[in-house]
Amino acid sequence: MPAVSKGDGMRGLAVFISDIRNCKSKEAEIKRINKELANIRSKFKGDKALDGYSKKKYVCKLLFIFLLGHDIDFGHMEAVNLLSSNKYTEKQIGYLFISVLVNSNSELIRLINNAIKNDLSSRNPTFMCLALHCIANVGSREMAEAFASEIPRILVAGDTMDSVKQSAALCLLRLYKTSPDLVLMGEWTSRVVHLLNDQHMGVVTAAISLITCLSQKNPDEFKTCVSLAVSRLSRIVSSASTDLQDYTYYFVPAPWLSCKLLRLLQCYPPPEDGAVKGRLVECLETILNKAQEPPKSKKVQHSNAKNAILFEAISLIIHYDSEPNLLVRACNQLGQFLQHRETNLRYLALESMCTLASSEFSHEAVKTHIETVINALKTERDVSVRQRAADLLYAMCDRSNAKQIVAEMLSYLETADYSIREEMVLKVAILAEKYAVDYSWYVDTILNLIRIAGDYVSEEVWYRVIQIVINRDDVQGYAAKTVFEALQAPACHENMVKVGGYILGEFGNLIAGDPRSSPLVQFNLLHSKFHLCSVPTRALLLSAYIKFINLFPETKATIQEVLRCDSQIRNSDVELQQRAVEYLKLSSIASTDVLATVLEEMPPFPERESSILAKLKKKKGPGAVSVTDLEDSKREGGELNGGSDRGPDSGAMAASNASTPSPSADLLGIRSAAPIGAAPTSAGSLLVDVFSEAGPAAPSAAVNDDGFLRDLEPTETSDSLLVEGSGDSDSAPPSEDPATLLSEADELLNKFVCKNNGVLFENQLLQIGIKSEYRQNLGRMYLFYGNKTSVQFASFTTTPQLNVQTKPVEPLVEGGAQIQQVLNIECLTDFSEAPLLNIKFRYGGALQNLSLKLPVTINKFFQPTEMTSHDFFQRWKQLSLPQQEAQKIFKANHSMDTEVLKAKLLGLGTALLDDVDPNPENYVCAGVIQTKGQQVGCLLRLEPNGQAQMYRLTLRCSKDSVSMRLCELLAQQF
Amino acid sequence: MMRFLLLFSRQGKLRLQKWFTPVTDREKKKVIRDVTMLVLARPPRSCNFLHWRDLKVVYKRYASLYFCTGLENQDNELLTLEVLHRYVELLDKYFGNVCELDIIFNFEKAYFILDEFLMGGEVLETSKVAVSVSVEEADTLQETMEEYMSKPAY
Repeated sequence: MPAVSKGDGMRGLAVFISDIRNCKSKEAEIKRINKELANIRSKFKGDKALDGYSKKKYVCKLLFIFLLGHDIDFGHMEAVNLLSSNKYTEKQIGYLFISVLVNSNSELIRLINNAIKNDLSSRNPTFMCLALHCIANVGSREMAEAFASEIPRILVAGDTMDSVKQSAALCLLRLYKTSPDLVLMGEWTSRVVHLLNDQHMGVVTAAISLITCLSQKNPDEFKTCVSLAVSRLSRIVSSASTDLQDYTYYFVPAPWLSCKLLRLLQCYPPPEDGAVKGRLVECLETILNKAQEPPKSKKVQHSNAKNAILFEAISLIIHYDSEPNLLVRACNQLGQFLQHRETNLRYLALESMCTLASSEFSHEAVKTHIETVINALKTERDVSVRQRAADLLYAMCDRSNAKQIVAEMLSYLETADYSIREEMVLKVAILAEKYAVDYSWYVDTILNLIRIAGDYVSEEVWYRVIQIVINRDDVQGYAAKTVFEALQAPACHENMVKVGGYILGEFGNLIAGDPRSSPLVQFNLLHSKFHLCSVPTRALLLSAYIKFINLFPETKATIQEVLRCDSQIRNSDVELQQRAVEYLKLSSIASTDVLATVLEEMPPFPERESSILAKLKKKKGPGAVSVTDLEDSKREGGELNGGSDRGPDSGAMAASNASTPSPSADLLGIRSAAPIGAAPTSAGSLLVDVFSEAGPAAPSAAVNDDGFLRDLEPTETSDSLLVEGSGDSDSAPPSEDPATLLSEADELLNKFVCKNNGVLFENQLLQIGIKSEYRQNLGRMYLFYGNKTSVQFASFTTTPQLNVQTKPVEPLVEGGAQIQQVLNIECLTDFSEAPLLNIKFRYGGALQNLSLKLPVTINKFFQPTEMTSHDFFQRWKQLSLPQQEAQKIFKANHSMDTEVLKAKLLGLGTALLDDVDPNPENYVCAGVIQTKGQQVGCLLRLEPNGQAQMYRLTLRCSKDSVSMRLCELLAQQF
Repeated sequence: MMRFLLLFSRQGKLRLQKWFTPVTDREKKKVIRDVTMLVLARPPRSCNFLHWRDLKVVYKRYASLYFCTGLENQDNELLTLEVLHRYVELLDKYFGNVCELDIIFNFEKAYFILDEFLMGGEVLETSKVAVSVSVEEADTLQETMEEYMSKPAY
């Protein structure tokens, strides 16, 4: 027989458990379980009514089976029956089963709620606690609906027992987290705050968790808790270790309560009342002093509890960030911990110091520990500690110590754990850029990075070095020389080949004077790597070769030879083959002038936020790189680096393509290739280059490639849209007789809010299809005009109804034929009116005139933003000006199916955030609208009410007009 | 607040799981697998904390059993170690020199004791005496409940 179970032993259960433990294999275990399940099922189904004990025993067995990881699909009813049992243990098992296994079976929930209701009103404290526990464990919305108003009453009622009050407080907290809308503030709220004064320490400990959460959401209503918390804290801190009896933990008075009080205070700014503030500072000083006293016990529990309070106090000091004296003391204390023999303390000290490093008062003090931290990075046995050390080095880095820190991180990278290499690489890359005083150091660092940890160097990192080299002519020669040397290594990383290919292709001429790096030597060096590389790199190298032909005419014959060989010109990869064919042709038929224009040096990149930083943020999850960090880098970037903080983003190049006179936005200059272009490329295929987005323009034949620059004046009417044609052709006829806007134009527009492709319009004659893609603040739209009849359309013109100079589309559309038009779109500022499109043609004798709204809506320029629940609500709160919010309550027009809704919200372009809204029924999204001038952060919340078939939609955006517009647009969608 | 508490053996066998926020079964299985693997792979005398996803994981080994919990970002790691310790003390007080087998065979009791100590991922009662009293009380209640129920409500 196994160990004896205590209390109400259930022999059958013990036997079953020991049987399972004796099973030799997984199969035997499953067999035994199935046997038991069959047995229980027959018992439950049998005619004979089971007594309470058996019911309890079987339910408990089911629970055990479930906890082993098997599915349980029956027994719920029996468990619910146990809830109304007279026997305490039966009730208890019933509640346990429900807590662990409840699903949203509404039938059952009603029964459970009934049982809970009975127990709550029983006035029996043990029963009430069981019921409250069940509510807290399940915490579903149905339960919140049933009990959210009842529990506050229990919590503040004068005659409630202390133990029930404790449970009620935490139960309410749980419901508030799930369904904040159901827990209404009221008269009870002020009484809850006064629970901080309750003489029962257990009640205070439980209540303070609730108060902290409520204060975070409604700081003003709970302001009074600050002074109460300070006085309570002060009483604990000054008490002797024996005063609090059982609430003293290993000689530390009330550590849990102390920490929670300090945490509550972190919801507020420093107290304004001088006396309160004085008292608090005194408390904090006492806590810091106590750290220096000899320990009252050798037990680790004693030091843990004591240091827990100390760390919480330091968090508060850092949160206030206003007491230089305390900050420096905190920093010194953490400095001591950095060398402590307890690994846990070293870990926490490193972590805490990271936040301290961002305070102006303590930044210098943190820096004094640099040697210790570097040492930690080198010698700590535990990878998670080393990682914190790396984080801290990153946080404490500034111009004065950047070279040292970057060097240390680089050397650590050689042996770093694989799990943290990518992050380390990003950090090194960011620091190197942010604090670069001379760019040769920057180039060296990044090339070293690629050499040491090439596999972990993401695209963002090597894009960035190229952008910086292109934008700074003082470093180009050095970069060319350095990559040339790096490429000499017999084995070098593919990323090195990419950077090398790109840089030599642009700036190889700067080192060509030296016979050791003559053009042919450079070419041979690059080409020696060619066969070891993947397709994208080979494509890039081919582009570098054509650039070489332009830079060094003497290499032309050799390179043409290479391009001409079968392995290139007949390569099975379409992309490589296309490049080889086009480049070969280009080099043989184009004159030197044309070549020089087509293959001109890359124009500088526009300035943007570093994409590496964005990547690091993404990797670490939102909030991991603090806002200060970001602003910091912007500031520093501007001031130290003369604005080298320029954006990589490939989309940007595609954009400037349309408006820059230089045709060679891509290394290869697709546009110039197009006229020669033999191989048709689908509009979707992307060149795998640094600027992959600069995809080939659609097949040349029927394309009217309008450079389409939308300039929205503040008046935000479509009249002020400005369109520039790229062609030098005749202007379209001015629209003297503008067609009246189709009555269904708005409806058509609404169809495209959440999708990008489809049929925009169709009548008996004409069908207009749309394909569009958007990236950042840029978009490209393909319009397909299909003639549905068998008769030719004559004088076919399409006029985006704007201030237009554009090349008309083919004036004749044959019966059954389709023509295509491409519009490039840039969003300059937010707007609410969609641009219009006029279409005119003759069908038979009759003039057809149509006017449509082009489905370009502000949401097309969304970039999804992932964030945690915490960040979401913080930002939500920050956008609390009444005009920033737009809300609509409306009836559902379409299916309320979850998947359909999700698809629509994703189509909207925002990120759909899971686990943010406490109510799982609700949808929460976040995104940033990218316009040329600014970025507009948008948060969205959609609350469906299935019963009423209604929705409530709330939008908060950093710009009021955007909230309004999005709200209008979206209200039509659901 | 704590998001979850897991007790598992050195062989990775799960002995107790408690979830303080709604999590799908699928996700639970994934978390259990990932966290146990992560913790079991740690060399001895490593620190007791690590970052995992957006959570802090705090764990401690008592004899053959790992006590492991996932915390939200602003929670205090050291104090959480003591939450785990207090739970062990409570189990010890109830079972008398608690061992893994006690928890296997009396898993329901382990849950009940936990419920008296934590609720919704927050500490409900820190006094060992108070918790033990309510647990013991519950045990005695089972005998007297029948009498108790036949009494008038108040």
